[in-house]
Amino acid sequence: MATHIEPERRTWEPPTAFANKTVKWIVYAVIVVFFLWSAWGVRISFDRLLIGLESGANLIQSMFPPDFGPRQLNLIRIGMIETVAMAIVATVIGVVISLPVAFMAAENIAPKPVYAVGRFLISVSRAFHELIVAIIAVKAVGFGALAGILALSFKTVGFFAKLLAEDLEDIDEGQIEAIRAVGGSRGKVLLYGMIPQVIPRIVGLTIYRWDINIRHSTIVGIVGAGGIGITLLNSFDRYEYDFALAVIIVIVAIVLGAEVLSAVLRRRVQ
Amino acid sequence: MLSVIDLEKTYETDEEALRGVSLEVSDNAIVAMIGPSGAGKSTFIRCVNRLVEPSAGTVWLDGVEVTALPQDDLPEVRRDMGMIFQEFNLVERLTVMENVLSGRLGYVNVWQAYRRKFAPEDIKRAYELLERVGLKGYENVRADKLSGGQRQRVGIARAVIQRPKILLVDEPTSSLDPETSRVVMALLTDIAKEDNIPVLINIHEVSLAEEFSERIVGLRKGKIVFEGTPAELTEGVRDHIYKGSPISEDSPVKETVSTTEVPNLREIDRAGIRG
Amino acid sequence: MMQAAATDDKYVWERYDSRQRLVRYIAVLATAVAVVISWTLLDINYSYVATAPREMNDLFSRMYPPNLAYTGEIVAPLIETIHISILGTALAVVLSLPVAWMGANNTTPNKATYSLGKFIITVSRSVNVIIWALIFVIVFGPGALSGVLAVGVRSIGFMSKLLAESIEEIDHGQVEAVVATGASSLKTVIYGVIPQVKPAFVGITTYRWDINVRASTIIGFVGAGGIGMELTTSINYFRWANVLTILLTILGVVIFSEVFSAYMRRKVS
Ligand SMILES: Nc1ncnc2c1ncn2[C@@H]1O[C@H](COP(=O)(O)OP(=O)(O)OP(=O)(O)O)[C@@H](O)[C@H]1O
Ligand SMILES: [Mg+2]
Repeated sequence: MATHIEPERRTWEPPTAFANKTVKWIVYAVIVVFFLWSAWGVRISFDRLLIGLESGANLIQSMFPPDFGPRQLNLIRIGMIETVAMAIVATVIGVVISLPVAFMAAENIAPKPVYAVGRFLISVSRAFHELIVAIIAVKAVGFGALAGILALSFKTVGFFAKLLAEDLEDIDEGQIEAIRAVGGSRGKVLLYGMIPQVIPRIVGLTIYRWDINIRHSTIVGIVGAGGIGITLLNSFDRYEYDFALAVIIVIVAIVLGAEVLSAVLRRRVQ
Repeated sequence: MLSVIDLEKTYETDEEALRGVSLEVSDNAIVAMIGPSGAGKSTFIRCVNRLVEPSAGTVWLDGVEVTALPQDDLPEVRRDMGMIFQEFNLVERLTVMENVLSGRLGYVNVWQAYRRKFAPEDIKRAYELLERVGLKGYENVRADKLSGGQRQRVGIARAVIQRPKILLVDEPTSSLDPETSRVVMALLTDIAKEDNIPVLINIHEVSLAEEFSERIVGLRKGKIVFEGTPAELTEGVRDHIYKGSPISEDSPVKETVSTTEVPNLREIDRAGIRG
Repeated sequence: MMQAAATDDKYVWERYDSRQRLVRYIAVLATAVAVVISWTLLDINYSYVATAPREMNDLFSRMYPPNLAYTGEIVAPLIETIHISILGTALAVVLSLPVAWMGANNTTPNKATYSLGKFIITVSRSVNVIIWALIFVIVFGPGALSGVLAVGVRSIGFMSKLLAESIEEIDHGQVEAVVATGASSLKTVIYGVIPQVKPAFVGITTYRWDINVRASTIIGFVGAGGIGMELTTSINYFRWANVLTILLTILGVVIFSEVFSAYMRRKVS
């Protein structure tokens, strides 16, 4: 141990996630440069912000008070009914499609190729924003609620099937064994061994997804897929900012209401 | 020297945790405060550095009236009081060294605190203390990787590096096993003696109090009911502190509890302090 | 006696079960009625429904194969999309810190600040990013700046909410120990609070960035910059092969951001 000469340790460096100081400063420099580049690319300038502040003040002024006149209220009512109806129909259609997809995407149930297909469907559905899906649906089936229903149903599959598949994968094997033991076929195993275990979860997820679909169905109208979104877009296009604010207020109210309702219902189911 | 006079604390829940407690801890004394659960031991210690705001009474530390200070001046006086906790209270996601150095936070500015820039002599001292508490080589280990005993050693180092005028110790061993408890207590009291730091220590285990302290204070229902040397802590007195049973004059009381009660033991003790 | 008690028990149990079943039937029935009513209200043109699969098929056949020559042209909007997502997230990070501090019941200075914090969180969260984009395009004109602000403002609520929750969960003992050393309140935050909240903070930020990448692909629909503008143009001019190119590019970026954000969350714990 003659080589083991401990030098007097007096210095201490605070711990860092980086290999050494040089690396750390390089990383910081890169981050700073990146942000400057981004800011420049987005053309953020002091002047623009100043001008924006002024027109922002103007906008707020023309938004208040929100316009809840009779014609406006009627437009909101029509739009909102369509919004809520779309969310309900799309949730049901989406869930019905999701059920087989979920079973396909559960590793412990589906054979490998089927599993791959299931996962792929889920990934595609999750990857695209609801408005992208909606805009394509509009091109395929034309303006209106049908496009909205298609888009929302499609988005429901990615969410619902993913979560349900995860639940199916965590399922209690013992109960499945029991059904197999009495000689159940694959179908019977699913029917008696798995479905009862996940029913409460299916109901809970459905309610949750309905809440999300309400949120989405308030905006798909912006690309023409039905609901209150088109009303909102029109009000902006016609510079009726006080009406726009009224629409936004109603949207917020409905979204919050759906959130509360969904939370209450889900607690009752569980 | 710490001197506490007629300290009272009533919580918002109307719980009278302290009902006029006076106590002095001087020079390099090691004073143990014992008492049943809920007696007010923790409350007392926390009132001293005003983590809990006392309802009445005064606290003096070396000529500074702690209880008279405005809220903004508290950090400065807290630098002079090292505190050690039952649950260690290390910042779990920081390294051992960062935790020890946090004892010097009162001496750096905000930017230095953020950059962990402490004075070289503090870092040197931190290394010495880590070696002293037996954690040499642990400086870059995260606190959440340590065992209970190791954590409390870091806790001790963090309090001692403050170079405090007093150590306030709240049940340092309650979360440790008996063997580790004794080792930690020995370490704590040895360091305090070496550095001439007076210690006020709350402790559940009477045997540890007897072994490691020079003076024992018995707290019961927010009042001091005993004060004396470990030798004077007879079984009768102990029963009085913990169970409230009356106490006989011919202590140590053994199996039977005498019915003759000393009129007011606390008054005697108070007289003892003041006299 | 025993017999009677047993039958009694069974009776009670059965009635409870049947009531549960009744509730269940009513729930199912109500749902069915709601769906039927919704469907009728929507006034859907059935001929469209019938032709929908064919139209879809038609659309996709026109999209395929993607126009690879077009990839060069979408690099710039793609970079802008990433910029928007990063700057928007950064803006939200900066703004969500004080909001979370106000909205956490153990750090908020008083009742008024607490309510203000909760109010900001609720408003920001319940207005969709596309609506924020509409508003900011009016204020700052079309372009990426409006997109950054929309993404940022929309993210404040989400991030502050989760951050406030993690602040509420911190171990107060650790904070108290730092206070006891004589640290001022700011130093206490730096040394006692931030280390505890940091993993949640990194996790929330990268998670939100992942969401914001997706959001940044669509705010272009209302003129707030990014690849969404390119997508609407291509769709409006029926350049379907270009549309597929854009969609595939978006897919790639989204997958990358998801993998990256999952990696970051695993790394910092
Ligand atoms: N923050 C608080 N709010 C209200 N009452 C409190 C608070 N802290 C302590 N108390 C009460 O004050 C009394 C004294 O508590 P304290 O914690 O000081 O006792 P202790 O002697 O340290 O007990 P233990 O040995 O269990 O730690 C108890 O009755 C307790 O319930
Ligand atoms: Mg205590």
